[in-house]
Amino acid sequence: MNISPSKIISLLFFIFSGFYLYTAHQIQVFTFDENAAFNAKTFPIYLGYAGLVFSALYIILPEKKPSDVDLKVLDYKKTISLVILMIIYGLTILRVGYFLSTSVFLVLSYIVLGERKWFWIFILSFPFVAIFMYLLHGLLNIYLRDPFLQYLGVMG
Amino acid sequence: MIEGILIGLETAFSLKNLMMVMIGCFAGTIIGMLPGLGPMTAIALMIPITYGFEPSTGLILMAGVYYGAVFGGSTSSILINAPGVPGTVATSFDGYPMAQQGKAGKALAIAAYSSFAGGTISAIFLLIAAPSLSLISLSFRSPDYFGLMILGLTAVAAFSSKGNFLKAMMMVVLGLMLASVGQDTLSDIPRFTFNNMNLSDGISFVLVVMATFAMTEALTLIFKAKDPTKAAKQISLSQLGSIKLDKTETKKMVSTIPRSSVLGFIIGVLPGAGATIASFLAYGMERNFVNEEEKQKFGKGSVNGIAAPETANNAACSGSFVPLLTLGIPGSGTTAVMLGALLGFGIQPGPRLYQTNPEIFWSVIMSMYIGMVVLLILNLPLIPYIARVLATPRTFLIPLILFFSLTGVYLMSFNNFDIYMMIGIAVVATVLRLYDFPMPPLILAFVLGGLMEENLRRSLLISDGSWSFLWDRPLTILIMITILTIVSWQIFRSFRGKNSSLL
Repeated sequence: MNISPSKIISLLFFIFSGFYLYTAHQIQVFTFDENAAFNAKTFPIYLGYAGLVFSALYIILPEKKPSDVDLKVLDYKKTISLVILMIIYGLTILRVGYFLSTSVFLVLSYIVLGERKWFWIFILSFPFVAIFMYLLHGLLNIYLRDPFLQYLGVMG
Repeated sequence: MIEGILIGLETAFSLKNLMMVMIGCFAGTIIGMLPGLGPMTAIALMIPITYGFEPSTGLILMAGVYYGAVFGGSTSSILINAPGVPGTVATSFDGYPMAQQGKAGKALAIAAYSSFAGGTISAIFLLIAAPSLSLISLSFRSPDYFGLMILGLTAVAAFSSKGNFLKAMMMVVLGLMLASVGQDTLSDIPRFTFNNMNLSDGISFVLVVMATFAMTEALTLIFKAKDPTKAAKQISLSQLGSIKLDKTETKKMVSTIPRSSVLGFIIGVLPGAGATIASFLAYGMERNFVNEEEKQKFGKGSVNGIAAPETANNAACSGSFVPLLTLGIPGSGTTAVMLGALLGFGIQPGPRLYQTNPEIFWSVIMSMYIGMVVLLILNLPLIPYIARVLATPRTFLIPLILFFSLTGVYLMSFNNFDIYMMIGIAVVATVLRLYDFPMPPLILAFVLGGLMEENLRRSLLISDGSWSFLWDRPLTILIMITILTIVSWQIFRSFRGKNSSLL
């Protein structure tokens, strides 16, 4: 028996709603608020039930027009590589600073996607990020802490 | 009112704000032109930048981006038959065939003039309708607001679901669930924070919008191995032909524009409907209005076929600001993003906005009109140059979208927890979008979540815990009946229609 991916997603949403509902019941409210007509957990509880109802309906009712996605044509390699690059970017941004981590992220992203025009790869990474940072500092007064540029003595 | 208009004019015509409209229109046109990137993404990308500005300046920039993006969407519809925005799909029916006949410049000019005329007429409607509706909406109570929010969510779910009503409703619930994370507004009790300090303030609106639109769009383009700029390489973007219109063409437009403007504005005001439905309805209506000879030209490069949807989608854009500015309830995904930005500035739109913040209320309305003028006199002649953006390789385009999204979120919090959360939400949203789970209902629900809970809280406390508030007042009953009608209609369609389904 083939189960459509949309039904699997709905099943996951059903489980998620169940977990959400359980967590909503665990919210600690003030003692004087326990029996109030509305407290901090009232709305989440309704939401949990709504999630259960809509997902259950989707699972139970017949699906007339299933979403047709050819999984074989999807480019998993590049997508996963970019997601990993973004995670690494998140890991490095606080340690090495905005300028270097962002520029390297851009260079690697262009390469992962198959770009090989090195001149443009360079222009649209290091100088591009430098101009962007200058605009943030100069025009919008947004200060970006950057240990790498501080180490180089470029930033105060 | 006159005083308010003058304040609005003064604010909108300040040098800084005029610059913002121009930058907004320009940036919006470029972003909107790229297939897949619509006004929501364009506005979302602008939000982090606007936080350094005054609220009115920020909103003026976003209004410019909105109109620019809609105009940019028309350009890609006409030139490469790849609408950047769903609202411009109908434009491609006749715009692309006209471009193929070597009259791309003419098609773009018709689109620009129609957009301008539609926007102008609807801006006048907005000028009249918004204050009047604000006065009426002062009589609205919490139960009515609660009902209106459910109505907005149901309507957006119904219209954006493309027959997948239950999927859209799941997205509504997911959006409300995400909005419930963080401290309860009244009691400060932490909810769903799992003892993580980063979650105590809730999930940032910018993060959710960036993750579900900009980042998801970029990931989808790679995942589906789509190259949105491929078609642009096959046409000459520098030789678009003359943009001058002859008398017959102008005459045809003159008859089309007024009726399409009225239709577009009314559809725009309705929650959930928006520019897409307005443009399709206007296209269909125009086809019925014209004579038999003109009817035959539809789909082959008809002037009326371009003018009608273009007028209507711009008129609908202005119309969609009516519920946002007067009730504080957005009727579409794009205005939901605008509402989120307003709340970020500490401004609560609603019936009192035009009394408490007249400079914001009126300057946004005025800047819409300025935006139209900018689009007409600046963007139209520049189209052959701007259109070159369409030829930007996706290998550069996608990393740059990711760069703006990641930077936008980093600028909000300066921590990497938000970056991880954004990546997580974007990955989930990409999978959901792949299987036709729509994102606009999620965004609308996320923005309305807090307001909805607040109004439900007030209603339940006033009625001492009884749900009778839903049928105590005639207005609430009317709203509830409308909601039931929409839901019943969706269920009815699922049993009756061959092409649509509830699932």
